[in-house]
Amino acid sequence: MGKNLFRWTILIVLFLWALPSWSALDGERLYRNHCMVCHGEEGGGGVGVPLAMPSFLNNVDDDFLFKTIRHGRPGRVMPTFEYLSDAQVNALVSYIRSWSDQPAPRFSLEPIKGNAEVGKKLFAERCEVCHGETGEGGKGTGVTMSRPRDLPIIAPALNNEGFLAAASDELIRHTLRKGRKGTPMVSFLEAGLNDQQIDDIVSYVRSFEQTAERKPVLEAESASLIVESPYSFEETVENVRQTITGKNFRLIREQYMDTGYVPEGQENKKQLILYFCNFNFLNSALTIDPRVGIFLPCRITIVEQDGIVQVMAINPMRLSRIFNNVELNEACHEMRDVYTEILEDATL
Amino acid sequence: MRRLLCLLLLLISSAVVWAEDDELLMVRSSLEFPEAMAALQEAVTEHGYTISRVQRVDIGLTAMGYKTDKYRVVFIGKHEQQKLIMQKHPELIPYLPIKVAIFAEGDDTLLIAANPVLLSEFYPDPSLEKYFRRCESDMRSILVKVQEAE
Repeated sequence: MGKNLFRWTILIVLFLWALPSWSALDGERLYRNHCMVCHGEEGGGGVGVPLAMPSFLNNVDDDFLFKTIRHGRPGRVMPTFEYLSDAQVNALVSYIRSWSDQPAPRFSLEPIKGNAEVGKKLFAERCEVCHGETGEGGKGTGVTMSRPRDLPIIAPALNNEGFLAAASDELIRHTLRKGRKGTPMVSFLEAGLNDQQIDDIVSYVRSFEQTAERKPVLEAESASLIVESPYSFEETVENVRQTITGKNFRLIREQYMDTGYVPEGQENKKQLILYFCNFNFLNSALTIDPRVGIFLPCRITIVEQDGIVQVMAINPMRLSRIFNNVELNEACHEMRDVYTEILEDATL
Repeated sequence: MRRLLCLLLLLISSAVVWAEDDELLMVRSSLEFPEAMAALQEAVTEHGYTISRVQRVDIGLTAMGYKTDKYRVVFIGKHEQQKLIMQKHPELIPYLPIKVAIFAEGDDTLLIAANPVLLSEFYPDPSLEKYFRRCESDMRSILVKVQEAE
């Protein structure tokens, strides 16, 4: 009896232990948990690129997909998935591959020897218009279908360290030769370049590794911006109102901290939130990254506790790192400065 | 035998809590925006939270002549817990109540929230971490509920 109980216990425990590992290897489930929100239920795209697009999927190898998942695109929204095991990343690659009825291409990892100097000139003539002067890619990373958009894909950042780590020279050459049907990326063979010229461009793109865009390290700043006011609560509120409108923002709502939690009229009147907006700035921020809703709307909170009046705001710089979007860092920097100015001017 | 069982239980727990250190919690719902919004409201209430406010971002933008699909920010919280945090860590006041951004993308709807655990990273305090871990668990559960709603 004792031995049997021991064996059964071991079996059950082993089964329970293995269960998460088995399910973790379910590519579809992993895709739904980690990728679907940006790339769409069946890889149709959105915040992320349309993975199921035949001209993409049939022209990238599994190594590219694996390394892209593993390293992401620092500063370009696609996060790194360093915490997934190799088996889990492979399961994801297999699931994404299942959308195509064609076998995955295989590309050599051998470097291609072209003339990067010649490639630089060709790049300026043929590629720069979409990929940018230094291969920084198209603007508006993270634009989803919820915002006006004409194309299913934004020109990738070729100087991004994640891209350079994932794309072999041969994959880049293959892309230049074949293009991407359904996107502005044309076949450069058909556009009149020869194989040598294409290899020259490959070498130039590879040379971006020397100057590859590094993930920006944001300053270690306080998460909240807080200033003590020398004025009374009411005076401070009025000062903040005037400063906000003076900076070209529109006050859209005033609300106590406990509004919605307590019956109307019983709120703590010494904890007030002022919501405000500049719609032009808001539209620009949403175009850069539609996920910025968690910053919205702009807000200053005025609180009086034990006779001390404080004016507070979030520090957008502290939060911006979670978006992995360099363009958004700039907007957050600007917003941090606006908040700081309002806090300082209102309590001067 | 006890040692063996302890070892195995340890292995189980380490396998179950496999890394999910997302700082941004995001889900896609196949529901259209109005249905997803209703599902979110229901899930929030079911988890014991109160919606303190809904900011209609799209209304303001379209009124000003900008193009956008439906976009809202939903503020949620639990009053007693919010009061406690405000007393203990007033520097977290600007982050309260917590928010869920919800917006349409074609026929789908996307929902996004900052992982509440981030807030305990800002101001390390074991009691806060415990609270925000629970809050993270609730937030994940709310988002999954909307994702799975039909």
